[in-house]
Amino acid sequence: MPTAYASTLISASVGRVWAAVRDFNALPSWHPSVTESRIEGYARSDQVGCVRAFRLRDGGFIREKLLSLSDISHSLTYSILESPMALSDYCATLSLMPVTDANATFVEWSAEFSCPTDKERQLVQQIEQDVFQNGLASLKQRFGG
Amino acid sequence: MVKLHQSTVIDAPIASVWNILRDFNGHHDWHPAVAESQIEADKKADQVGAVRRFTLTSGENVREQLLSLSDADHAFSYAIIESDLPISNYRANVTLKPITDSNQTFWSWNSSFDTLPGEEAKLSKTISEQIYQAGFQAIRDKIHGLVPPSQKQDANLLDRAKVLKARAMVVRYHGEPEAFREKQMDIAPPGPGQVRVRQHAVGVNYIDVYCRNGSFDMPTLPAVPGMEAAGEVDLVGDGVAHFYPGQQVGYACMPLGAYTSARNIDAGLLIPLPKFMSIEMAAGVLLKGMTSEILLHKVHQVQPGESVLVYAAAGGVGSLLCQWANHLGATVTGVTSTVEKAEIAKRIGAHHVIMPESTSFASQINDITNGQGVDVIYDGIGKDTFRQSMAALAKCGHMVSYGQASGPIDDWDIKGLASKSITLSKPYFGDFTDTPEKLKAVSARLFDAIEQGIIKIQIDHRFPLKEAAKAHRLLESRQSTGSIILLPDRFIRDDSYQQ
Repeated sequence: MPTAYASTLISASVGRVWAAVRDFNALPSWHPSVTESRIEGYARSDQVGCVRAFRLRDGGFIREKLLSLSDISHSLTYSILESPMALSDYCATLSLMPVTDANATFVEWSAEFSCPTDKERQLVQQIEQDVFQNGLASLKQRFGG
Repeated sequence: MVKLHQSTVIDAPIASVWNILRDFNGHHDWHPAVAESQIEADKKADQVGAVRRFTLTSGENVREQLLSLSDADHAFSYAIIESDLPISNYRANVTLKPITDSNQTFWSWNSSFDTLPGEEAKLSKTISEQIYQAGFQAIRDKIHGLVPPSQKQDANLLDRAKVLKARAMVVRYHGEPEAFREKQMDIAPPGPGQVRVRQHAVGVNYIDVYCRNGSFDMPTLPAVPGMEAAGEVDLVGDGVAHFYPGQQVGYACMPLGAYTSARNIDAGLLIPLPKFMSIEMAAGVLLKGMTSEILLHKVHQVQPGESVLVYAAAGGVGSLLCQWANHLGATVTGVTSTVEKAEIAKRIGAHHVIMPESTSFASQINDITNGQGVDVIYDGIGKDTFRQSMAALAKCGHMVSYGQASGPIDDWDIKGLASKSITLSKPYFGDFTDTPEKLKAVSARLFDAIEQGIIKIQIDHRFPLKEAAKAHRLLESRQSTGSIILLPDRFIRDDSYQQ
């Protein structure tokens, strides 16, 4: 099963970074590729099971379902219900961990999915770089780099 | 249950950090708190289930079992299965994660454990700082010191890991207690026939003062004085079969060098401590107790009904001589300098006590012995008392001069001995303990006497080892009673030492 992985270090406390990312509807506020987002069916954006429907800068439309959210481990998991990418069984986790000897947070974003073998390399690269690393870089920027 | 979480960022790719950490037995190469470590039962260091048995530099022994190891996740977990620490149910996870935009490594170290009520905060702090944070820094230092890595450097590191860091008190020149200076020493692994001992208590004796001030010549200065200590076996050299790591041992002998937290010593000089004897007690009694055994049984075999005079009757050797001579049936007279010490001497077995009073020493002896004089005199004072001691002896009396706290005795014409057929002894401790057989016989009788309650050890003064100068000042001031010991483990925590 292909996996995608990216991580970064942000010079802010876990509490501050978590406040920015725990809102499942907040992608447009920190991810450069996302222009607009809404939660379907008037659900709350931290309600496990809620679905976010968002549009990408390039016009793509994606629906993702929140599978878990933990304020203790500072992590959330979600799956893709619908997307322009040729993949299925996509499940991703965004997770924060404190760096206790510095006022900093380690942020990791990873995903597993299924896809045709010949598309694997390109999809992993696309998700790791365009979705995860760019998103993390932008998040990092928000906290001063 | 206490939970700990410490994490850091190492400025190196994950592969190079993992390469060091995945060796479950490698921690003694890099972790400053780990002195010595080995994997039990011929298992591999990356074999799940393997047990590493190690000793912390603070002396505690720990056994930890590897519960999981994943090269895919760069993670392992382990549990303490046995230790000298007040800790139970300890389980820890070490996880590395790559930081993909900087080629650095995130390292988290988590654990949970139980401990005694009230100990949680202190133990958490110790583990967090001295194990986890110190480990982070050590890996940082190791990685940055080892770029590019070479096999030669690795070999050196291994050798160094076998060296035990010790702190010793060194006499720099003959003189006042200020002559002491603390020094870090590397104690090599023990040679053939040797044992490396981690010393937890060191006995202070008057001979140490002689070594320091020059009346007893130390071969070359600077040097570490001391003849008496106790602790536990750290490592045994080739050919040593009757000692094992962790065993409690003590010694009282040459060569000098006891004022240290660790040293190598010939196995033949070591005495296994009996179960009833603590390490502190051993350091407080071995030399003084064996000296007493020799003085009362070998130099002079004290008989019931004999009169015995003991100087410094409340002091280290003196208090043991009073108790033991009393038990042997002698009439004991103690000489002390103060009312408090006189009371101690009486309590522990002196039938009579002589103090500096309006009447002379000679007339007090006369009163006590009805003009007969004393049969045996144990005199550790020397110069100041020798003349009056000789005068105080009975016919055929025995003068045992075993020390010279006040200075060496002047030349003495032996003609005078004939006036009362006096026997004069000037014993040297080492001659009575210089073979394992002699040592065993002397120490066995001492241990019997202690176990039967014939003699009781009074440790009245404890100092951190690095305050050896204070201990010497106290001993020389003649204000001390009982035994004085030095505690090497108080080096790092002498602020908590308030007794």
